[in-house]
Amino acid sequence: MTATTAEMQRETAAPRGQGAWGALWERLRRKRLAMISLVVIAVIYGAGILAPLVAPYSYTRQDLDRALEGPSAEHWLGTDRLGRDMLSRAIYSARTTLIVTTAVILSGSLLIGNVLGMLSGYRGGWVDSVIMRVGEVFSSLPGLMMLILLNATMGPRVVELVRWVEDHTFLSGLVASGFASYLTVFAALSLFFWIGTARVIRSQVLQLRERDYIMAAEALGARPRRVIMQHVFPNVSFLIILEVSGALGAIAGSEIVLTWFGVGVQPPAASFGAMLFEGSGARTFQSHPHLLLVPGVVVTLLLFAFNLFGDALNDAVRGR
Amino acid sequence: MGAYIIRRVLWLPVVLLIVTFLTFTIARFGPGDPVSVAAGQFRDPAVLERVRAERGLDGSVVEQYGRWLRDALRGDFGESFQQQGFTVTELILPRMWVSAQMGFIALVLVFGLGIPFGLLAARANGTWVDPLIIGTLLFMRAIPVLVVIPPLVWLFAVQFNRLPVGGWDGVFDIWWIADVIAVPIPDPHLYIPLVALSLPGFVGVARLVRYTALEVDREDYVRTARAKGLSEGAVTFRHVLPNSLLPVVTVVGFALASIIEGAFFVETLLGIPGIGRFTFEAVVSRDYDVILATTVIFSAVFVVMNLLVELTYGFIDPRVRVGASRE
Repeated sequence: MTATTAEMQRETAAPRGQGAWGALWERLRRKRLAMISLVVIAVIYGAGILAPLVAPYSYTRQDLDRALEGPSAEHWLGTDRLGRDMLSRAIYSARTTLIVTTAVILSGSLLIGNVLGMLSGYRGGWVDSVIMRVGEVFSSLPGLMMLILLNATMGPRVVELVRWVEDHTFLSGLVASGFASYLTVFAALSLFFWIGTARVIRSQVLQLRERDYIMAAEALGARPRRVIMQHVFPNVSFLIILEVSGALGAIAGSEIVLTWFGVGVQPPAASFGAMLFEGSGARTFQSHPHLLLVPGVVVTLLLFAFNLFGDALNDAVRGR
Repeated sequence: MGAYIIRRVLWLPVVLLIVTFLTFTIARFGPGDPVSVAAGQFRDPAVLERVRAERGLDGSVVEQYGRWLRDALRGDFGESFQQQGFTVTELILPRMWVSAQMGFIALVLVFGLGIPFGLLAARANGTWVDPLIIGTLLFMRAIPVLVVIPPLVWLFAVQFNRLPVGGWDGVFDIWWIADVIAVPIPDPHLYIPLVALSLPGFVGVARLVRYTALEVDREDYVRTARAKGLSEGAVTFRHVLPNSLLPVVTVVGFALASIIEGAFFVETLLGIPGIGRFTFEAVVSRDYDVILATTVIFSAVFVVMNLLVELTYGFIDPRVRVGASRE
């Protein structure tokens, strides 16, 4: 990765002068697979956003008389062990994945990753050393195991904390809504998902610092914050988008795995991880395949779409 | 290069120190301390206090960590809280051996299959075979291992009744031909876990090899080799393959990481007595000394692996060596 975003933007600049972002979108729009993936992501996440409107039933409503039924007119994707509607569960699981990925991307990748990466590259010296060494420690940790450990130990503490908040403020129903477990998963994942962004941004900033226009800005007496916001940030924005699109699938996957292990999002909140776990016995799969297939197909489609879109975006950013 | 190696090697104990201290404090962060967790319903303050002193769990966290570290350096990782009477080392070693054997075979499969498939796709570039292979690989990368295993078990173990549903029975099995000639074959218990373990790494390696082989194919020396009349096979094996393998070395670390992470759910799902399942059980039952020991082991494996990869890369590719000494 030798070319800076500025160079990529110059290469991608379209003749009609609609700017770099417009050119990127033009390139992307011509890739059929990318558009299909985008639609798949939009449908799954859109259902998640509109969950209360589009889900036919509540995700907690049980009907034990009708447990473990296959697809029917009332329950399009069948029901689970407790007679809960699988379609509604899947829609609310998409909502969970959406909440966790958005929160982690916003805080971990974008905020922490960018700020630390720019600080590291721009300040250099001991600031750079400390940030990069901390990143190195985090990336030498066995990720999944630390996530399981963090969630297993932090989980109960966070629930306690949220209860305390409920008791002392007018907020209520937070624990019941699964908010506490979202918070735990989010905090644990954020700890691990800033390193990639920080590294990419840092190396770009290091290259940019040598450029004449940055030096000129500095010589004119621009403050570091101004230099970063006005001159550095616009030049690394494409790379940030790339990093984010790469991290989306990984974060969604982590949430699902953690919940599968029982340390992620806690019931009754719906998650693909919990749904997959319920359907994962060989005997269960033989008698009630829809328990595994419903979440399995949705998750696979979502991750597949993330992968394809990420690859297409990568090509588009590089001017292909 | 020499200074660089020394710096990297010195970094290992530092990482391990930080990682163990973090784990130590995280593990203590949960509600209740190890002794009261182990005691369960039985709560006599005097007894708890005595056990705490016996296990070296009195005093501040830093003091406790100091004691744990002193013992760990001598190879003593303490005694399990859940399986009393067994030392952590006793419990971990046989399970590590199971996982190590399986992980090694998976690693061989990842590269043994990934490299040929990648080359095949690159050679077929421009025909319908290349997009077919790449499409299949991309799809396979998207299916989570969690989703793959149950249908595999159902198909091969339940439906066809060909493979065991889970468990572990060593690496080799004996296949008798006419009850006389013994042929060692891989144990049937291995097949499903190996597929699940090597799938993500295989896909990654195949895609990378395809990509680099196509890049190398455009180099001048490859054109020269073709121009002087070498056969396609000779060009592929003498010029394209060696040069496209360079970046593959860097992903050994990632491949190993994906195998280790995979071990957590593959072992849990299929009832294989390995270190992944054991670690997960220890985390859930909060078996502190086991958690600490396994963290140390996993982190050490990760760090050493990355170090080896970096060194090998410098060794194979002179360009990296020059770059490092210039720094």
